[in-house]
Amino acid sequence: MSRQYKLVSCTINGKQVEKMVDVRASLTDMLRDDYRLTSVKRGCEVGECGACNVIIDGECFNSCIYLAVWAQGKEILTLEGLAGPDGGISDIQQAFIDEAAVQCGFCTPGFIMSAAAILEAKREFTDDEIRKRMSGNLCRCTGYENIFRAVKKTMLQRLGKEKEGIL
Amino acid sequence: MYDIKALYEAESVEHAVALLVEHPEAQIIAGGSDILVKMREGKCAGKELVSIYGLDEMRGVSFEADGAIRIGSLTSFSHITGDPIIQEHIRVLGEAVDMVGGPQIRNIGTIGGNTCNGVTSADSASTLFAWDAVVEITGPEGVRRIPIQDFYIRAGVVDLKPGELQTAILIPKKAYEGYQGHYMKYAMRNAMDIATTGCSVNVKLSEDKKVMEDVRIAYGVAGPVPMRASGTEAAVKGRTVSGENVKTFAGAVLEDIRPRDSFRASKEFRQHIAVVLAERALRESIRLAGGEVDE
Repeated sequence: MSRQYKLVSCTINGKQVEKMVDVRASLTDMLRDDYRLTSVKRGCEVGECGACNVIIDGECFNSCIYLAVWAQGKEILTLEGLAGPDGGISDIQQAFIDEAAVQCGFCTPGFIMSAAAILEAKREFTDDEIRKRMSGNLCRCTGYENIFRAVKKTMLQRLGKEKEGIL
Repeated sequence: MYDIKALYEAESVEHAVALLVEHPEAQIIAGGSDILVKMREGKCAGKELVSIYGLDEMRGVSFEADGAIRIGSLTSFSHITGDPIIQEHIRVLGEAVDMVGGPQIRNIGTIGGNTCNGVTSADSASTLFAWDAVVEITGPEGVRRIPIQDFYIRAGVVDLKPGELQTAILIPKKAYEGYQGHYMKYAMRNAMDIATTGCSVNVKLSEDKKVMEDVRIAYGVAGPVPMRASGTEAAVKGRTVSGENVKTFAGAVLEDIRPRDSFRASKEFRQHIAVVLAERALRESIRLAGGEVDE
């Protein structure tokens, strides 16, 4: 069969976009190659490491095992979409820097998108709940403790509990 | 890029059946967390796919007219866990599917895919077996419903004839009313791991909470497909709630199960944990049902 393409319209980081996409493409392929959103990392590419994690209609998905054509009509958020209007980084990204939650950095965008989903829920999670919600991402450098601190600190800060945020 | 020969997107269940009839070699793709991974490994490479992921009519949990709980086959694990009907009537199913993979996998993985791939380790399967689930299959000849035990034929093979797809899983009212259950998964790590053995138990107690009117138990990875341990159930059905009967129950499972050696665990280890899980899961089910186990 000759190459098969499909027109895919969706919202990416708040912007309505549309492109012809190869039906064999994963969402990672589409976001990186067609839209140059390179925060979406190609890691294991079998849905285990979470480096390609993006938020689709409010839920986290590993974009490597998500067909690009399924993005039709969906609202997609990648790490690039967390930047403020002036291009500055968000509080959760700053917290990752402050808590030294980044070493090689390859897993970081995926972790931050899992964290973004936690923060979007706008409620306080227990330590175990945070760990469970972050458990779909693998980091081979930091040992997770600093990542956990960064997420918890930002969650508490956003809920106006700054003092408790100092761990 | 995936090595997909062609992709056909279904727009309705009817359309999906037509596409499957038209393309008999095609494989159904629901959430894709099994099929796309297999494709990466080269196992399903070069296949035609019929995507049913867009069929919202196959999503959600509702009641049938006769009181049965209907779970659309495309309902994701996280939506099952969060669903109020599941939480009230068959909470253990929500807890079981909350142990699948990790958060992202639970958002894409579907209960239909979990059962249609026919693997014994599926976290939803043992609970569905233990609650007498019925599988609804839609095909060119219409709709048919079969008990989940008949749906599994052998490892990796389920009863889907050409042109058919699974459209829902039902839990009959008499199968859930008055029951409380507990699922235990034994694996090497909490997230992103496959069960070494999984055990789902549920119990219906008498009004005074002294007698186990009914007990049901099912396992994953205790044989080539998920299985009920009926001898174990018969051993304690109608007996009083007591520590001794809980031990009798757990001891009886070895007669029913057929685990084997694999790279994950030895047969002997699986037998050992099967007994321990049965006892703990029954104790917890009794507690949830309001009973108390004397020691």
